[in-house]
Amino acid sequence: MPGNAVALRCSIAYQSPALCGSGEKLEQIVAEKSGADILVETLLDLGVDTVFGYPGGAVLPIYDGLYEHPKIKHILVRHEQAATHAAEGYARSTGKPGVVLVTSGPGATNAVTGITDALMDSIPMVVITGQVATNLIGTDAFQEADTVGITRHCTKHNYLVKKPSQLASVVREAFHIATEGRPGPVVIDIPKNVQVAATEFQRHGGKHNNRYQPQIDGDFKAVNEAAEMIMQAKAPIFYTGGGIINSGPKASETLQELAALTGAPVTSTLMGLGAFPASSDQWLGMLGMHGTFEANMAMNRADLIICLGARFDDRITGRIDAFSPDSKKIHVDIDRSSINKTIRVDLPVVGDVGRVMEQLLAVLKGRKFSAPDYEEWWARIKGWRARNCLEYPENDKEIMPQLAVRKLWEATKDRDPIITTEVGQHQMWAAQHFDFELPNKWLTSGGLGTMGYGLPAAIGAQLGNPDSLVIDIAGEASIQMNIQELGTATQYRLPVKLFILNNEYMGMVRQWQELTYESRYSNSYSDSLPDFVKLAESYGWKGICIEKPADLEAGIKEMIETDGPVLVDCRVAKLANCFPMIPSGAAHTEMLLSPEDIKGTMDDQAKALV
Amino acid sequence: MMRIKEEAVERHVLAVMVDNEAGILARIAGMFTARGYNIESLTVADISEDHAISRITIATNGPPHVIEQIIAQLDRLVPVHSVRDLTEAGPHVQRELALVKVAGKGENRIEAMRLADAYRARIVDASTESFVFEITGAPDKIETFVALMREVGLVEVGRTGVVAISRGPDAA
Repeated sequence: MPGNAVALRCSIAYQSPALCGSGEKLEQIVAEKSGADILVETLLDLGVDTVFGYPGGAVLPIYDGLYEHPKIKHILVRHEQAATHAAEGYARSTGKPGVVLVTSGPGATNAVTGITDALMDSIPMVVITGQVATNLIGTDAFQEADTVGITRHCTKHNYLVKKPSQLASVVREAFHIATEGRPGPVVIDIPKNVQVAATEFQRHGGKHNNRYQPQIDGDFKAVNEAAEMIMQAKAPIFYTGGGIINSGPKASETLQELAALTGAPVTSTLMGLGAFPASSDQWLGMLGMHGTFEANMAMNRADLIICLGARFDDRITGRIDAFSPDSKKIHVDIDRSSINKTIRVDLPVVGDVGRVMEQLLAVLKGRKFSAPDYEEWWARIKGWRARNCLEYPENDKEIMPQLAVRKLWEATKDRDPIITTEVGQHQMWAAQHFDFELPNKWLTSGGLGTMGYGLPAAIGAQLGNPDSLVIDIAGEASIQMNIQELGTATQYRLPVKLFILNNEYMGMVRQWQELTYESRYSNSYSDSLPDFVKLAESYGWKGICIEKPADLEAGIKEMIETDGPVLVDCRVAKLANCFPMIPSGAAHTEMLLSPEDIKGTMDDQAKALV
Repeated sequence: MMRIKEEAVERHVLAVMVDNEAGILARIAGMFTARGYNIESLTVADISEDHAISRITIATNGPPHVIEQIIAQLDRLVPVHSVRDLTEAGPHVQRELALVKVAGKGENRIEAMRLADAYRARIVDASTESFVFEITGAPDKIETFVALMREVGLVEVGRTGVVAISRGPDAA
């Protein structure tokens, strides 16, 4: 710690520099503070301006601390799960860590879904949970839960802080771990007596623990080898993922530079959408289970896959033994455990994907590499593109959900809106038919697939981006999982737009039942739906119902032009399905492109896959 | 009907250096169960002068690609400083200690003593009708000794699990 030798001792609060010496020495002043105050001060030091939370018995001292600090804006959600998703939305759209504050027991357990979601999608998040006093731990006290035990495997790291003197350094390390390397959620469980007890506190001080130092630069030899492989490829493809978004906006620019230099096609996972502009000629669209024909065919036929910050998830690979059989594979990832987990690769490069791309660019430029003539490769890709795999049947009586998404895109694209989604068919239609040009504009629950993510995530995104247009593209089933958050948006005057593609079904479940269980629609009908317009109005939102294709444009326009929060109940074709689709356990080349391809049943091997 | 396929497995001994902090064992053991990996044995003890670091020796088994994942998954845990695959690294010594209680009279008792002598087990407790033997060695030696003791009146056995260290002057 610098300046330790001249540390000043001062019996009064550190805020009074006049009595303690010059302003520069402020950071060295030691004062007695309660655990709750230390927590709040440390959050302020770390630049936290927004906390999503819900009070309760075991966090009352912290809430009292927050009362004195208007610099930290506390957003009162209606359910702790929503606090975590809102924090994710905030983090994903701003690049800053999301911060959550919940009470012990049910507060913590309700947060578990969002914590797991953040782990799966690598979202930086710090969750502060209250805990019963240390002397009560293990006694089955009121609202006691083993939070560190429960969250051990759904966090990147977690802590139980047993002494107030550990608090500042734990909080600092928690933010470091949450944001560095592969980002993820970190839980800090703080017993109530630790929040109340006083200890010496040094602002900006405390021990800095440097035990977590992930590798940022790629190994020089590996980067050179990667460049060599790129230079020799005849049919390369960039397969990009959420890691590029996590690496920061600069990584997206570097990706574009790299794509321009090589002239190779680019596809992306669901999590990576927006890292590469959809308007580029080199863009093939999303790949995977509901990816485009051209993206999946190109992955299958490529001779080199350059995987940048993606993880060969099962939604991407389809049947493993049929995944891109003839390609060499380079995998750039900051998490070594993602490499060779499901797909063996020829060249692993551990490091920050943005940094490694920069290194790669430098090597390629150094070797005077310029875009080769991939004429044959592009000719094949154009052939696949000509299938127009995202086409859907026209319908002038019912609104096709794909059309609704496309119209929404057309009406809002000039404003670079932030789009969140729930999980299901609407999510895939949004991914397919809404084009993204910039990173941090697409917030969706990819890994965990959490219904109920979109509305709270939109609230978090709107708080982080007050001037942006934020739209949750939702389904009528998913939205009911966190519908109570309409109240949160109202309370904080957030002009969030909620666009529900209402087909009265858990559409993706129904689609799988058609595909695999001969259309036995077991419990996939959304019965007893609320009147969404009235529901919206009762929360102080504007409600709009769109029922006919002819009303679509006007309805969307009204939604955008309304200042406050708006819910749109868009009644879409009830039985539309999401294509293309690679059924579970099938290869990239076995895509279903239209309802005619559906057989209606599957063998047990395929039924066992998710 | 669908069948679930089994893959051929190999045994590996890993040395894992960790921060000596609360919950570290649960974190490691839990990672194994959460991801479906096997633990044959796990031993842990504080080994550093300032009591800050513990060494965990894990004997595990799995197909080679799973072993590789186990190492990577261990390595990404924040309190884990290093993971060494001793089996992969080359020659190493594995030792385990067992306490073996045998009861009996007459011929069995004499035979137990003879076998203990042959296996260099030490008598650490004796009564007129029982012995407690202490034996150290590689796990298969202990297996064999315990199997022999079953025939001459084995009552109970306690084993430490394996600890291992690489041969030669360097740390693994």
